[in-house]
Amino acid sequence: MAAQVFRSSDPNPNLRFLEEVSARTAGVSRLEMCIQCGTCGGSCPSSVDMDHTPRMLFALIRAGLREAALSSNTPWYCVSCYHCVVRCPQDVHIADVMYTLKSMAIQEKLYKEATAPDFSQTFVDMVETYGRSYEFGLATRHYLKHFPLRMPSMAPMGLGMLSKKRMDITPTRIEGMDQLKAILTRAKELEVV
Amino acid sequence: MKKYIFYPGCAMDTSAKAYNESMQAVLAPLGLDFEEVHDWNCCGATEYLGISTVPAYALISRNLALAARQTNGDRTVVASCSACYLNLAKADYYMAERPSLGELVNVALAEGGLDYTPGTLEIRHLLDIIINEVGLDAVKERVTHPLKGLRVAPYLGCMVPRPDYKKRWSDYEYPNELDRLLKALGAEVIDFPLKTHCCGGHMTQISPTTAFELIRRLISSADHHKADVMVTVCPMCQLNLDAYQNETNQYFHTNYKMPILFFTQLIGLAFGIEAKKLGLGRELVSAREALSRIGVEVPQEEPEVKPRRKKPTGLPMPKMPVNEEKTL
Ligand code: SF4
Ligand code: SF4
Repeated sequence: MAAQVFRSSDPNPNLRFLEEVSARTAGVSRLEMCIQCGTCGGSCPSSVDMDHTPRMLFALIRAGLREAALSSNTPWYCVSCYHCVVRCPQDVHIADVMYTLKSMAIQEKLYKEATAPDFSQTFVDMVETYGRSYEFGLATRHYLKHFPLRMPSMAPMGLGMLSKKRMDITPTRIEGMDQLKAILTRAKELEVV
Repeated sequence: MKKYIFYPGCAMDTSAKAYNESMQAVLAPLGLDFEEVHDWNCCGATEYLGISTVPAYALISRNLALAARQTNGDRTVVASCSACYLNLAKADYYMAERPSLGELVNVALAEGGLDYTPGTLEIRHLLDIIINEVGLDAVKERVTHPLKGLRVAPYLGCMVPRPDYKKRWSDYEYPNELDRLLKALGAEVIDFPLKTHCCGGHMTQISPTTAFELIRRLISSADHHKADVMVTVCPMCQLNLDAYQNETNQYFHTNYKMPILFFTQLIGLAFGIEAKKLGLGRELVSAREALSRIGVEVPQEEPEVKPRRKKPTGLPMPKMPVNEEKTL
């Protein structure tokens, strides 16, 4: 393959950064096809909070600026609204690329703010323990760690959810927990790194 | 009776209990018969996908594998939550688009004695089934108590109309299916400009102020259009707009009281089903006043777990200085 030849002549791993991001994205990302038109940023409800618009982020990736791209807060502010995805003239799977960038940032510990990665990890821990999400445990653990100041203003809501029976105090566990664990353990070994 | 395999997702038994109760109440009148995926697991929401790829898709696919085993000829799985619906549909679609992903996922599934061939199942959202399989004519025939005089904002959110792999909706950003259904129920449907904008998703947990702004936009627009209630098709949207409306009000010093109901609750009311059987009263922003306009009495909240008595206008709460809140 051409890329192979290319790599051997230049050891810079970031030459292949775009390829790597694309390969790690589920489905066919089409990130290579981005024409830098900016439609994504113009469609994005979160762009005001983002370090880079999606277009700028994709420019960083193409430029091989690995650290800058993986430490951008942009993927963490993506709310998966898919506005950009249906408007992108090149059908880039933008929301899925954002997921890939999150997982790479976690792996390489390049994220700047821990709230979002911690939330994802706590959520995943619950699912890996019970097979179901467990809102009460998740919320308590997450808020105590990241939003202790918010607890007082959250309390009435939590109380309302409990009194209206919209939150369980105990988690539900699926029957096939061993089966699920076996599947996930194997899947982790297969993760393309 | 049309039989389908049903994937409820985690919220249906907890935060979206009202969705579950109202859905169960309207299934038979709609001629639908749902059989739950046996021992289903969480779909991972938007969180697992941001941590890993193969494990996230294996997690979703265990459900697909279980559902495929359960089907007897009918290949359709119905999901009531938009995020669950999209995750199931996405896994099915991407494993077909990129066979190597499907192969890796199947190696993992085999560890649990399961397998799934992409394309085996059709994944559809509950609203889609009601619109396209039951049909609006059949819905209309069942209406005994038209919702005359109730102004509703039809709110779909993101993940049902987008990315819409199978092109089932009339438009990605401004589809009219939910509007048509609510009109068939006799409601006065506003032309809601933000009908497919984002509810904030998990931002309520990650960057609350980002979420509050997204919530504010939706509620203020519905209020501006003089909607009595907003109608949702997803547990997450309902939770964000209902449970975080109070915090959003505090943050912006506003005083919105927009009731957020599930579309199945309105179907039930139009079919003349008792409010209590439809989970009405579980909403945190009361729908009592809005529904009294159409002669429906919302049951009092159940008194069992004794919350310290609520004042009608909200609770006494420790106010945080605004600048401190901004740094959250
Ligand atoms: S909309 Fe698509 S093609 Fe345009 S900049 Fe964004 S990703 Fe690239
Ligand atoms: S999917 Fe993400 S990046 Fe795209 S418009 Fe929505 S929030 Fe922005």
